[in-house]
Amino acid sequence: MAKLSDFRVRVEDALANEEVRGNFRKAMDGLMSRRLDQFPDEAELERLRTQAMAIRSNSLDNLPDLLEKLETNLTKNGIQVHWAETVEEANQHVLAIMNKHNAKSMIKGKSMVSEEMGLNHFMEELGIECLESDLGEFIIQLDGEMPSHIIMPAIHKNKRQIAKLFQEKFPDIPYTEDVDELTQTARKILREKFFNAPVGLSGVNFAVAETGTLCLVENEGNGRMSTTVPPVHIAVTGIEKVVEKLSDVPPLMSILTRSATAQPITTYVNMISSPRKEGEMDGPKEVHLVLLDNGRSNIYSDPELLATLRCIRCGACINHCPVYVRVGGHSYGTVYPGPIGTVLEPQKDGLKAHGELAQASSLCGACGEVCPVRIPLPSLINRLRYEGVRQDQSSTKDSGSRRKTAEALTWKGWSFAAQHPLIYNTGASAAASFRKLMPSKMGAWTRVRTAPPIAAKTLHQQLKAKGIDNE
Amino acid sequence: MTTLLQPDSVYFYGTCLIDSVYPNAGVSAVELLQRAGIRVIYPQAQTCCGQPAWNSGYRDEAREVARKQIALFPKDIPIVVPSGSCGGMMKHHYPELFKGEPDEAMALQVAGRIYEFTEFLVDVLEIKLAGKGVKTDVAIHTSCSARREMGVADKIEQLVGQLENITVHEQHHKKECCGFGGTFAIKEPEISASMVTDKADAIRETGASVMITQDCGCMMNISGAFEYENQHHALRMPQSKHIAEFLLERSEVLCTKYDINVPETSDTTEDATHG
Amino acid sequence: MSKARNNIINRLRTTKPEPCHFSERDHLSRFNWDKEERINRFVERMVAVRAEIIHASKDDWAEKIAEICQEKRLKNMLVSPETAQGKVLYNMVDQLPDLQSYDHEIEDWKSEMFNQTDAGFTTTLGGIAETGSLILWPTKHEPRLMSLVPPVHIALLDTNQLYTTFSEVVKEQGWVDKGMPTNALLVSGPSKSADIEQTLAYGVHGPKELVVVLIS
Repeated sequence: MAKLSDFRVRVEDALANEEVRGNFRKAMDGLMSRRLDQFPDEAELERLRTQAMAIRSNSLDNLPDLLEKLETNLTKNGIQVHWAETVEEANQHVLAIMNKHNAKSMIKGKSMVSEEMGLNHFMEELGIECLESDLGEFIIQLDGEMPSHIIMPAIHKNKRQIAKLFQEKFPDIPYTEDVDELTQTARKILREKFFNAPVGLSGVNFAVAETGTLCLVENEGNGRMSTTVPPVHIAVTGIEKVVEKLSDVPPLMSILTRSATAQPITTYVNMISSPRKEGEMDGPKEVHLVLLDNGRSNIYSDPELLATLRCIRCGACINHCPVYVRVGGHSYGTVYPGPIGTVLEPQKDGLKAHGELAQASSLCGACGEVCPVRIPLPSLINRLRYEGVRQDQSSTKDSGSRRKTAEALTWKGWSFAAQHPLIYNTGASAAASFRKLMPSKMGAWTRVRTAPPIAAKTLHQQLKAKGIDNE
Repeated sequence: MTTLLQPDSVYFYGTCLIDSVYPNAGVSAVELLQRAGIRVIYPQAQTCCGQPAWNSGYRDEAREVARKQIALFPKDIPIVVPSGSCGGMMKHHYPELFKGEPDEAMALQVAGRIYEFTEFLVDVLEIKLAGKGVKTDVAIHTSCSARREMGVADKIEQLVGQLENITVHEQHHKKECCGFGGTFAIKEPEISASMVTDKADAIRETGASVMITQDCGCMMNISGAFEYENQHHALRMPQSKHIAEFLLERSEVLCTKYDINVPETSDTTEDATHG
Repeated sequence: MSKARNNIINRLRTTKPEPCHFSERDHLSRFNWDKEERINRFVERMVAVRAEIIHASKDDWAEKIAEICQEKRLKNMLVSPETAQGKVLYNMVDQLPDLQSYDHEIEDWKSEMFNQTDAGFTTTLGGIAETGSLILWPTKHEPRLMSLVPPVHIALLDTNQLYTTFSEVVKEQGWVDKGMPTNALLVSGPSKSADIEQTLAYGVHGPKELVVVLIS
């Protein structure tokens, strides 16, 4: 028996963990049903999805122009723009800003791009503290974990687990499983951090080219705190997050929050267009935007895979994925889990690193059905399977690297047989080939199922015997 | 696109899984079509639509198999496929597979004539059925491809809904995948096992004695789990039936939109004709 | 210009995606809501996220605010002496808690702001019925932290300024032509989180309480 891949090992562990599985199921069931309540009119939902797709497609059609326009307008507004081709470069930009201010710590609002950059790890190596202030991020940072979901990073934990974690980390505070009390504990600790932090870092949901505006949505107020209290604000985002017009924001934002957390709007929509101006009493005196490529411009070069970049990071595909709900976010071993991670990560980091994820989908289509910007996720997953085994050159990183001789031969043999009915009908039939395909793995099938029964007489034989016309 | 003014004959594409594992589903579908007055043509040279290779990334291998299949339907008549999955492959993925290829026109032509079996009965024939046999509790499992790719989830419900002696029970997480996914079940057996176990549990919990589905992939998966759990844990084992088998056993064809050669039915009630 | 910038832009320029001209981009959700309906919707949304709604008239709103302050036992409140509404409140200081003006840079009094300020009172540029949102463009007189750091935020909203959707606000208030301010905000309830087991908890980092005084 071949050694299980790291991914399969993590999956087995996750599947065996009833408590965590239960946490995910409960959370995802709630998210799915509440999302449905947000879109009572199905026809209107479809119009909104088309509209959101149109807005994002327009952004991508004009991406280089819009990025230049964004830079021009941000600069005019006094926001400093930094470009990074790689995560290393992005981290260096942040570091340079930190050093300029002699800053030894930062307070962070939620940012998946900073996770992509491995920013916390990078900074901590250099003795710079990065404190997560989003409640979920704060919790997992305490436990030394990665987010298990892009919107709800601590969704894998239940309140009992969080209560135990707080007890362990803050022994002076009495043990409680009361969510309000746990929240207030975090509030107290983080208020002090906001108060003292020399730098605040955040992500960006949409960057508006027309006005040079950074839009952030959030519920807790930590995003506003991180972008208002410290004297320096650094925003990090992917180059695809730009939209052309301010009027693009309301419809996009509306479908984002409804798809993500089933809210008609988040508590705060924070639109930042400049640092503190003369005479203003608060707000950072410096605002920086780091624009990260990290493989995005390469994804951009493929007309089909380009759709990946439409993503607005709502997480609806994750919430609706029957695989994710069982294996959880950590099994993926990537920054972005679930269907969008399955599509994005292998393109970003290469098929060698994450190409296996493309297999971890039954292609059921639940993700594509709910995507607010109509990314054809199942088609893209299928495409990446092809990229993994294709033999000619392509722009996808590590294309062809997952091709295995034995498997390729099996498919060649299957293809030959299926092109020749005489051969096919004498034993190379479906179930037979299903078994032959992976003889050693039939065991996995029969661990929870009986083996498929092979019929005594095929349909071909039976219909022929019945005299059904051949043409 | 065919005009379908008088679909007095159709091609039947049996699918490889039905061919070797569930031929009775195919025979039943053919018989049901015949009872509705349709002449059925079954090209004996058919093998597989190519989906297993397509979904595994082996597009060239899939295309060569598909190329043989699209040559099997020269007449401009509907092609009926008793599977949402294979139907979806032929209707939606053949055009992608042959994009820019010499046979593109033929692939598009074939794709435009593909009908999933229940879709054909409901949308084209507008078939009217009457139930027969004892009262039965059933659960319907619609495949993801029938639901999302072909958009025909309502057809099987509509057909079963016509049978007055059948009570349909809804399982929880009804729209969730059963975990088959073709090669997914083999490549990611642990996840697939977890999915099918949950699906089998949900259906069993409804108390239904029969599970009906329009896709034999799901059926092989779920019924395999039923049987395993019956053998190893003595859990109740609902029967599994492809919709064609079920309708053939449990209904009479009353009429279709065209009403061509529909045989006389004996034991139907007045009311059923209005169902 | 940085090397990274040029490389990225150049790479993007070598691809020209097929332009897709979707007319749907300008689709607008249309609701024919009259003023009463807009008020009802706004209130319904706000209450659903645990904001308090106080109905008032143009004559008695200040008294209502005094009542709220008493009820909440506020010891002090940030109020701008420069806005028309602030002036009204400063004219009735005997009925109100200690009114404080946010008239110096935050660095000079951060500790008082964080540790000793009970409430902030702000005006708004209007509200949005569909989502139950307040529109705030903080100014030097009503700075950004006024509606964020104190545990209670009291906001004044004129129902004549109640719009149907956010799209409508951007268009009708002419945000693009006017030019965006340093910070524009939509506030839809008190601060909250569902990060612990999907259970809502209020007052995470921002105000624990949001009181909207609606002037009809």
